[in-house]
Amino acid sequence: MCSPPIIKRKQQMPYNPALVAPMRTEMTRMGAKELTSAAEVDAAIGDQKGSMLVFVNSVCGCAAGNARPALALALRHSVVPQQVVTVFAGQDLEAVARARQYFGEYQPSSPSMALLRDGEVVYFVHRHQIEGRSPQAIAADLTAAFDRFFGAAVA
Amino acid sequence: MAGHVFHPGHSELHGITVVVETNGPLTYVGRYDSEDERGVHMLNVGVHDSTAEGSRDEYVSRSAKFGIRTVHQHLVVPADQVVRITRLGSMM
Repeated sequence: MCSPPIIKRKQQMPYNPALVAPMRTEMTRMGAKELTSAAEVDAAIGDQKGSMLVFVNSVCGCAAGNARPALALALRHSVVPQQVVTVFAGQDLEAVARARQYFGEYQPSSPSMALLRDGEVVYFVHRHQIEGRSPQAIAADLTAAFDRFFGAAVA
Repeated sequence: MAGHVFHPGHSELHGITVVVETNGPLTYVGRYDSEDERGVHMLNVGVHDSTAEGSRDEYVSRSAKFGIRTVHQHLVVPADQVVRITRLGSMM
């Protein structure tokens, strides 16, 4: 069987902090708490009770550029997670790696969003569910998930 | 979103997670980067081998739900092996 050629990739390095600052601000303005270290991730997610959304931020202007406004729209819904936290892929490497350990069998992608209930992932939005879609369409998926997993009818 | 270019300045599929079916037993799922005379360049790629694993459809469905288990950071699928390229997001 002929295997395709593999090209090695350079070690991932964090992006310039100045480049990502506006993307961080966009998250904190909508009420998300930034987690920048493994310890902060453990403190937030490790013994988490109730509902939480973890947003894995990304510099990809076309995917994350729609995902962030989508979350902002979704957070105007009547049912929202009790906590929203964010880690930044390609920037806060340790925090992202630790957050992904809580995502179980869900594979890494960025941007992505995990909805957790009492520390368990109940819904996951991968990058491929964001690509090429409008913020409104992504927000509609999110609000449907908020209703389903965090709504009043959920025990 | 027909005609929409996800990453301006690149091809329509650049940056999109796709399923690349081949004329052999291998199916690739990953991010489409570009295409040239060598073939389709992909990033963060998972591979399904129909001679060694379960059904291809099951693998693609699982990738859509749980994400891609990356086994190659970057690879090129030879042009003469590519049969079809489909957005993973459209297969959910």
